[in-house]
Amino acid sequence: MDLESGRSVNPQQNDEPEKGIVADMLRRGLKIVPVWLLISLLIWGVDGALSAAYGVALIFANFLAAALFLTWAARISTSALMFAALFGFLVRLGALTVAVIAVSKISFFAPVPLGITIIVSHLGLLVWETRYVSLSLAYPGLGPDNMAPKKFKETK
Amino acid sequence: MIDLLAQADNALDGLKAVGAGLGYGLAAIGPGVGIGLVVGNAITAMARQPESAGMVRTTMFLGIAFTEALALIGFVVFILLNFA
Repeated sequence: MDLESGRSVNPQQNDEPEKGIVADMLRRGLKIVPVWLLISLLIWGVDGALSAAYGVALIFANFLAAALFLTWAARISTSALMFAALFGFLVRLGALTVAVIAVSKISFFAPVPLGITIIVSHLGLLVWETRYVSLSLAYPGLGPDNMAPKKFKETK
Repeated sequence: MIDLLAQADNALDGLKAVGAGLGYGLAAIGPGVGIGLVVGNAITAMARQPESAGMVRTTMFLGIAFTEALALIGFVVFILLNFA
């Protein structure tokens, strides 16, 4: 699954489903981010738009880090997967906190748009992705990866 | 009198920061337990049916992300209490 192909993830045909899900989310997120930034600009001004952009970047980085860490751990063992899930959760929360505190003294920092953007983008992207993943899990035959016309093989 | 008011204001700011930190820490406990349950059950499922590992890992990843949203709500409350 890559960003260029523009195809949604079909979990049953993917060795690294986490990466596929996050690539899908980023692709969809990049389409909606300009609209959200424009809304932030209209409501909160330039500072709000910059803070919202920072919030979106944090959420993208959070998803990407989670996917890479879990994929790496899943290749090793299930114990490593458990470790990666729990330890990764702690590390990513810590990193988010440090990233926000680091910019809190900068002039453009606006906590309200940043907070709203973090929650809305995280949940919005997740719900959006879950719709597609649920469909492909329930009806694998209808998954976007299976929609290309199949070549028939002649049997003798 | 003004000194006393300034001290009270400082104390209030300090208490607010302590409350925000405590709230954030408490908000992270639930999702931690939740992620443990999600991943533990996903591993059990993968051990029972290795052929469905792709599907299980997909569901697990989404489950982790949804659970993490609770911690992020605590994090946003922390931001708002500390910086707004």
